[in-house]
Amino acid sequence: MGEYIVELKDVTKAFPGVLALDKVQFNLKSGEVMALLGENGAGKSTLMKILSGVYTRDSGEMRIFGKEVGDMNPKLAQEMGVAIIHQELNMCQHLTVAQNMFLGREIMKGRQVDNKAMNAEAKKILDELNIDLDPETVVGDLPVSKQQMVEIAKALSTKAKILIMDEPTSALTSKEIDDLFVIIRKLKADGKGIVYISHRLEELQHIVDRVTIMRDGKYILTNDFSAMTMEEIIANMVGREIKEKFPRISCSKGKKILEIKNLNAGRMVRDVNFELYEGEIVGFAGLMGAGRTETTRAIFGVDQKDSGQIILDGKEVKITCPMDAIKAGIVLAPEDRKKDGLCTKLSIRDNIALPNLDILCDKLGVVNRKKEKEMSDKAASDLKIKLPNDQVDAGSLSGGNQQKVVVGKWLARNSRVVIFDEPTRGIDVAAKVEIYNLMNQLKAQGIGVMFVSSEMPEVMGISDRIIVMCDGRITGELMREDATQDQILTYATRFESKLG
Amino acid sequence: MEKEKQSALKKFLAIRGMGQVVTVTVGLIVLCIVFGIMNPNFFSSRNIGNLLRQIAPILIVGIGQSYVLITGNIDLSIGSVLGMSCMISATLMTKGMNPWVAVILTVIICILTGVLNGLLVAQCKLPPFIATLGTMTVARGVAQFVNGNYNTDAIGEEAEFFRDVFYYGKTAGIFNPVWIALILFLVFNFLLSRTRTGRHTYAIGSNIDAAKLSGVNVVATTVKVYVVSAFCSCIAGLITCATAGMGTMDAGNSYEMYAVAASVIGGVSTLGGQGLLIGTVIGAAIWGVLQNGLQFAGAPVVIRNIVIGIIVVVSVLLDVIIRTGAPRKKKVK
Repeated sequence: MGEYIVELKDVTKAFPGVLALDKVQFNLKSGEVMALLGENGAGKSTLMKILSGVYTRDSGEMRIFGKEVGDMNPKLAQEMGVAIIHQELNMCQHLTVAQNMFLGREIMKGRQVDNKAMNAEAKKILDELNIDLDPETVVGDLPVSKQQMVEIAKALSTKAKILIMDEPTSALTSKEIDDLFVIIRKLKADGKGIVYISHRLEELQHIVDRVTIMRDGKYILTNDFSAMTMEEIIANMVGREIKEKFPRISCSKGKKILEIKNLNAGRMVRDVNFELYEGEIVGFAGLMGAGRTETTRAIFGVDQKDSGQIILDGKEVKITCPMDAIKAGIVLAPEDRKKDGLCTKLSIRDNIALPNLDILCDKLGVVNRKKEKEMSDKAASDLKIKLPNDQVDAGSLSGGNQQKVVVGKWLARNSRVVIFDEPTRGIDVAAKVEIYNLMNQLKAQGIGVMFVSSEMPEVMGISDRIIVMCDGRITGELMREDATQDQILTYATRFESKLG
Repeated sequence: MEKEKQSALKKFLAIRGMGQVVTVTVGLIVLCIVFGIMNPNFFSSRNIGNLLRQIAPILIVGIGQSYVLITGNIDLSIGSVLGMSCMISATLMTKGMNPWVAVILTVIICILTGVLNGLLVAQCKLPPFIATLGTMTVARGVAQFVNGNYNTDAIGEEAEFFRDVFYYGKTAGIFNPVWIALILFLVFNFLLSRTRTGRHTYAIGSNIDAAKLSGVNVVATTVKVYVVSAFCSCIAGLITCATAGMGTMDAGNSYEMYAVAASVIGGVSTLGGQGLLIGTVIGAAIWGVLQNGLQFAGAPVVIRNIVIGIIVVVSVLLDVIIRTGAPRKKKVK
């Protein structure tokens, strides 16, 4: 453990209408991993944006490597060795790994770009990190996890000594997270200081040395990780004790609602069969790329089905487009809320109304604005969506509230089956619990709940029955009582034998 | 009472995108005052009448383009469809066809072009720039082809009535094309702001994937939107035909860009998802006032074009600056 390389004292930052940071303290030593924790909207990202020069602070001191820093800007931050790895990856999808790593700092040979030298240099850095990757691969062809590694390599190529990682594991599978942690440990051993922002508290124990907790723009505490229990951490983050991380209600299993028979859609959905009953939440576990999202999309009619039957309440339904599914009573809250879930430039009210216009319109297709407002108000109060008014851009909400809008727009209508695809990704603990409660409510109402999640504790905590997929097939099914992490993982990695 | 008034105003300003409309309206008023001072005749009832009649076709094509821009697409075929409408209707009338039958036929052909545009973009997934560039060229070709690559003769006396309805006549003291533009505005504004199709139009422009997953039929909506655009171009073409009393092959040249200008000045985003038709009205008015005012001030055509071009860019730039604080500063959440 070395000296303090970053010291922030009484940093304050206000945006129009909100005090985003209120006299926040933060420090970082070399060779340590500091977890920066807090709910969404606590000010973590703002603080790190000040450190990396994206925002300028209103007041407060900032010292980097003992040197007082006045106005920070991104270029100065880079020169001082601060690099940020964003939650949303900032890569040019059509360029190669090496081209991305040296973007804006291309190695030149005379007046020409020296691709050879860049590839060699990129390879060297990747090798140092034990990342097995060809620098000439086009980034868009890589899985998200690999793109993340490239981001890290890119940061290191700028000789960064202070690395900020914002939710680096949110899109990774457990295996990939392990690989990432190996790299983080190596960086630590090299004396780099790492700020680690994550909502996945269970992974902290593997790498984190100290924690700083923030809440509502205020500094709460800094402490050694080993000196705190998980309950204490959560209590400090939310400002109150959360009784149950995974609330659960018991219902008796009712009649069969949905039956999927021999569903095939492309390579990622192969001969899928399962049933959904009243009064249960069925969790879908598996590694990333196991075909779970593809299965939900095939059922919902987004992607074309090659074959298979969907039987709802004993009757076969034909679903060739999402509208068919919605009319039949099957709805899907999709995985990627920015890409598939929300129209971020439209108001919250418009977003909630969008899939329900068939209910809200009269015969001529004219929207009943009174009904529309009622629906939006009801969704906001049912889901405790925090908003100034429902006419603001959906994109301006915090992640947790955005997710609630995505879910809320589907709950405004009476459905028989609600499919949740990774509903809690990237949202804070309190918002997660609210989503769980919601699923429980649906379960109690006798609505079929299909719950896709890559977070093992969550699947095991919330589901009554767990179906495990691997490589486009269902490889196992477990009742909650019998489910163990090991067992799920065994099923999740049960790839087809290539030997036949 | 006072409070109620205030809340009504607040409500009006709270309509999404209304802020920019107010800004450009102020710009429009300033322009009118400037031209009015430069030439008192600017405010004569005669000039106001002419001015409104000049604005009408720009507004009409602007409405169509705004619809398309709100879905995040673009329609380059507007000018050519206008030309095609002008030539087809004129040719049919010079051949002795009843003007109303000619109009109906012309509308049908133009709408088919819109359907084609919509299908190429939404069903065949062509980039809208390319798809409508194609139909733009084809439609211009049709305009040249229908009368054997000649402008038509005068459309004749039986068609006087047609000319009155679409250009020269007045109803309640206001020129008919202004009424046509007003009616189209009211109808399409209602469709856009109050109906399901309107909501779908915005949703597609904001996030096409999310719209699809919310059950929006993207192909049908896109086709409808391009049909609106083609229909508007068609009406503008009929007005042009009535104005000249004949069909000209290069009628509507560059109108697709005038339509873009009217839309973006009025705050319609070229990136889709945002915009109000009332903004397009103001945008078209600014366009018309500039043309008219500069002409009044004796500026030659070439200078007019330069000024108008600059004003289009500056007005959008101003908007960007107002909305984000400064052109280069990062948007603060």
